[in-house]
Amino acid sequence: MTPPTTQALTDEARRDLLSMMVLIRTYEEAIRAAYYADKKPAFDIGAGLVPGEMHLSAGQEPVAAGICAHLTHDDAITATHRPHHLAIAHGVALRPMTAEIFGRETGLGHGRGGHMHLFDPSTHFSCSGIIAEGFPPALGQAFAFQRQGSDRVAVAVTGEGAANQGAFHESLNLAALWQLPVVFVVEDNDWGISVPRSASTSVASNADRAVAYGMPGVRVEDNSVEGVHAAAGEAIARARSGGGPTLIEVHTLRLWGHFEGDAEGYRPDLKSVPEHDPIPIYRDQLLAAGALDGGQYQAMQKSAGEQVQDAIDFAKSSPTPDPLGHLSYVFSEGAHS
Amino acid sequence: MTSTLSNKQSLALAVEPEAGKRKLSTSKAMQEAISQRMARDESVFVMGEDVGAYGGIFSSTTGLLDRFGPERIRDTPISESAFIGLGIGAAVEGMRPIVELMFADFFGVCMDQIYNHMAKIHYESGGNVRVPMVLMMAAGGGYSDGAQHSQCLWGTFAHLPGMKVVVPSNPYDAKGLMTAAIDSDDPVVFVFHKGVMGLGWMAKNDRSIGAVPEEEYVVPIGKARVAREGTDVTIVTISLSVHHSLDVAEKLASEGISVEVIDLRSLVPLDREAIVRSVFKTGRLIVVDEDYQSFGLSGEVIAVVAEHDPTLLKRVSRVCVPDVPIPYAHELEYAVLPTPARIEAAVRDAVAK
Repeated sequence: MTPPTTQALTDEARRDLLSMMVLIRTYEEAIRAAYYADKKPAFDIGAGLVPGEMHLSAGQEPVAAGICAHLTHDDAITATHRPHHLAIAHGVALRPMTAEIFGRETGLGHGRGGHMHLFDPSTHFSCSGIIAEGFPPALGQAFAFQRQGSDRVAVAVTGEGAANQGAFHESLNLAALWQLPVVFVVEDNDWGISVPRSASTSVASNADRAVAYGMPGVRVEDNSVEGVHAAAGEAIARARSGGGPTLIEVHTLRLWGHFEGDAEGYRPDLKSVPEHDPIPIYRDQLLAAGALDGGQYQAMQKSAGEQVQDAIDFAKSSPTPDPLGHLSYVFSEGAHS
Repeated sequence: MTSTLSNKQSLALAVEPEAGKRKLSTSKAMQEAISQRMARDESVFVMGEDVGAYGGIFSSTTGLLDRFGPERIRDTPISESAFIGLGIGAAVEGMRPIVELMFADFFGVCMDQIYNHMAKIHYESGGNVRVPMVLMMAAGGGYSDGAQHSQCLWGTFAHLPGMKVVVPSNPYDAKGLMTAAIDSDDPVVFVFHKGVMGLGWMAKNDRSIGAVPEEEYVVPIGKARVAREGTDVTIVTISLSVHHSLDVAEKLASEGISVEVIDLRSLVPLDREAIVRSVFKTGRLIVVDEDYQSFGLSGEVIAVVAEHDPTLLKRVSRVCVPDVPIPYAHELEYAVLPTPARIEAAVRDAVAK
């Protein structure tokens, strides 16, 4: 299936997409800075303000901005181990999200989850650190929405490596069989950690796999935010109107390593990666089209900087969890075991 | 569709009532619990392989399709990861799914949804997201179904944090525990041994058919039951092995050997007090478990007592499945199962010293 023709977006809508991408990038840069701030001189993954694995989404902003422009907080998203861009674009509040990443009591999960396990029931956002395993729960959210007779949808996002997992295929079949209001999105960033897509995937486009399940499939090339916006708009409208699931693959970009600390020695195109950064490309496109001026862009950056700084300050000043609380929340009721 | 149930609304009975004269099989008792809660709460639904027209391979859902229709009694594709995960997502959005994994043995194809998602979401979310879901599954051997269809495996689920694990031995408990599991705001793994279901096509213990009240009631999850009082030796056990243990206890009573039988009824939460209280009285502990011996329930029960006060234990032993795959041939299978003969030998050994 060819991507839907890009509907004419207003200049304001285009600026909104760019603005969201700038906010996400600003956020990821700040998390990156905080992550490395106290890991010097020797890198210790478990040390510092922000410990643990850190999978940042720089370069993949077009996916989040393009999809989430069509969603409300009543719609659900399940994201991956690389979840920040989707959380931000879906409207998860930056303060508790950041506090969770910093392992603080004020975080979304009171410090029990961490950056791969962000749960925000107020926006029906969740993520999972296990490849493809966010798909099945998204089916259930869509199932509940369907049973409620609402037009709410669930969006399940994963990477191209996940398209070779069983849960991916089981989920597509069941969603199509039951015509669930769900949209599946594959972020093809070319790399499964260090293994290139060419060494993992038997088809040129994962969107082709939709045929096997009797659902529409569409691939968006060139990390185009407007291409994602158009494809997601059509798919989400179809799901809302009872037309069942769609599979979208977006050829996106992993601008940084798989996780922070990844030197990417396996990546032959390493030097040229920044040339494909979607933010300056889209900014220049809008500037050239007269949809954006320099002042507006600076204002976006300033607003993003303020929002992110506020969230970082909130996280840093929040208390760490009481170690004596480590048994809390295993169950909602009764003893912990 | 959000549940109208909460624990506060549960019809918990303070004391186990006189069950009356009506008798049901364990499978019918489970069906009745599900049916009564479904009638009360639109958010409860059943999903799994062959739960519809077939009624569940081990009759856990017989008759429900006719009463509630295919929207609420859903046959699924053979896609356990997808439909167990679907249950999780539906539970997160306020429904109360009852999902059947046909055999406990099949967890290998879907365990990530069970232990990394169903069981962890509440904790990872800092208590902000609840997963009120029942995952029921058949377990156990004794009918030559081989190494991949005869395992109990409840100890594996109990080992992993975040799921309650209930294992009824009889119809009364099966109904009350199923009702409690549906009402629970936490995920509950409900393991039913095929040998306690009262099926017409499999050898069964007489106690797999028993008195069950018609009204709704709850058996609290996490409370063991003293199935038989005794003074010489304590058997701590669960599921079908409860009946074998009771049979042995009855036989040995005529010889003046007094056996106390504790039916744990749930592994998580584990009723540690009930275990310690009984061993305090008898000083001799035998754990009978149809799950594998090592790294499981039997070791855990003994550790409970040892950590509390090791001097309580004059004798301790266990009758479990040794650490081999369940064999096919009848003679071999019955050599590894915790048969009445093995239990009796263990009791005689315990009281002889």
